[in-house]
Amino acid sequence: MKHLICIVCPKGCHLNVDEENGCSVTGNGCPRGAEYGREELTHPTRVVTSTVKITGGAHRRCPVKTDRGIPKELVLRAMELLDGVTLTAPVRRGDVALPNVFGTGVNFVVTRDL
Amino acid sequence: MKEYDVIVVGAGPAGLAAACEAYQNGAERVLVVERDKEPGGILNQCIHSGFGLHYFKEELTGPEYAGRFIDLLRATGAELLLDTMVLHVSEEKEVTMVNPRDGCFTARADAVILTMGCRERTRGAIGIPGTRPAGVFTAGMAQRYVNIEGYMVGRKVVILGSGDIGLIMARRMTLEGAKVAACVELMPYSNGLGRNIVQCLDDFGIPLYLSHTITEIRGERRVEGVVVSRVDGRGKPVPGTERFFDCDTVLLSVGLIPENELSKEAGIELDPRTKGPAVYENMETSVPGIFACGNVVHVHDLVDFVTAESRRAGAAAARFCGRADAWDPFEPAVPLENGENVGYTVPQHIRPGRIDRYAEVFFRVKRVFGDSVIEVSDGGKILSSFRRDHMAPGEMEHIVIPKRLLQNAGKITVSAKEGKRN
Repeated sequence: MKHLICIVCPKGCHLNVDEENGCSVTGNGCPRGAEYGREELTHPTRVVTSTVKITGGAHRRCPVKTDRGIPKELVLRAMELLDGVTLTAPVRRGDVALPNVFGTGVNFVVTRDL
Repeated sequence: MKEYDVIVVGAGPAGLAAACEAYQNGAERVLVVERDKEPGGILNQCIHSGFGLHYFKEELTGPEYAGRFIDLLRATGAELLLDTMVLHVSEEKEVTMVNPRDGCFTARADAVILTMGCRERTRGAIGIPGTRPAGVFTAGMAQRYVNIEGYMVGRKVVILGSGDIGLIMARRMTLEGAKVAACVELMPYSNGLGRNIVQCLDDFGIPLYLSHTITEIRGERRVEGVVVSRVDGRGKPVPGTERFFDCDTVLLSVGLIPENELSKEAGIELDPRTKGPAVYENMETSVPGIFACGNVVHVHDLVDFVTAESRRAGAAAARFCGRADAWDPFEPAVPLENGENVGYTVPQHIRPGRIDRYAEVFFRVKRVFGDSVIEVSDGGKILSSFRRDHMAPGEMEHIVIPKRLLQNAGKITVSAKEGKRN
């Protein structure tokens, strides 16, 4: 039995995941918690948020995020990829800043109008 | 003097939601005054995700959450005055402000909504011994440098305090290539959300030292390191437990204080427990027609609750302008008090005549609880109780009290105690 704190929402449910029984989850307050518990033990993912360089905007940096979680082990490498990205203003919330990170089908998208 | 129905002081999450709601409830002439060059407040620098799960039912970043409300505000006829500092709000609801274009000027409103937010406690506020080198930042200041201005604030970091901003910055600095040597917390528990301990510290192997504090900052021009000591049950450093951490940067996440200079000048009664205005069920302060919501009232963990509270304030302010909710000094109001293990309540007073079916009450417990019970009582008589399997001072609690229980109540007390699940 593995004990986890759910990171899906601020409630932070205390989960118990049973590795021996197909990773069945107890202690979760919602279905997303059960999914998180299973994934965390089999293939953990994280949403990555950071900033990229932007020219011609009100600020020098533009915030971005992955539109879904990427495998946890790719997080630091994804950060390095962002070093090579420069956007040009104007950008809109939801614009793709960097498509298909490491072939995962996950995109970095812009999170504010600038 | 220019006249408005409602003037909102601040265009952070509270101000944006309150202004939209006031407009939608019939206040036509709404002015929002913001000291920054853009609306959105602190959300603009909170680029991490986790916002909006309650309100929008999806996980947004801070800028996305702000962006949605900025769009909503622009769709109303509300006026947004940026780069403008409010200097004074009077009891007569005259708002004096200053900006580089118009100089100093005053406008009058039927209702004013105060949404100035809060400020970070600094090194001076907690008095850390040592030299005074560069490299000591509040966590939120560092967050602004890194996320908006694009400056890296340091390479080797020690974080004092385990509030959410400190935890978020531990991850942020790590992702940007810094080494976070430790997160040091005076209390025997963290004041941050459990999920942030997991995804900001544990994910990166950053140690959290509970019941420890920084007892010396060393360095001449720049921070060269800190001495960390264990503390006893009363928060006093234990001699002989000192250890040195090599670092060039110290981030402080040691609490937030509602920013109420304007409220004090307006003659509004402040609650010493929250350091914010004492409010009624509709977020009205002790001055009729002046409302307050968001972190200026009490420091929240979740922006979603700020939005809900601010919509209540906005709607009430619009009703006040329409005179539908005129102030009646003799209207019965039930005082709310914090009982055992509870630090404060918001609101501080409820007028049962002004709630529909139930009143929402927010509070924080004073220590960590496992299986526990929240009790709502009136002079020793228990009116209602709520079970929890976990409570902590870092996580704001929320209960609803039905109107029928409030109608004949003399004084409501909210308390917390240990209790087993049935």
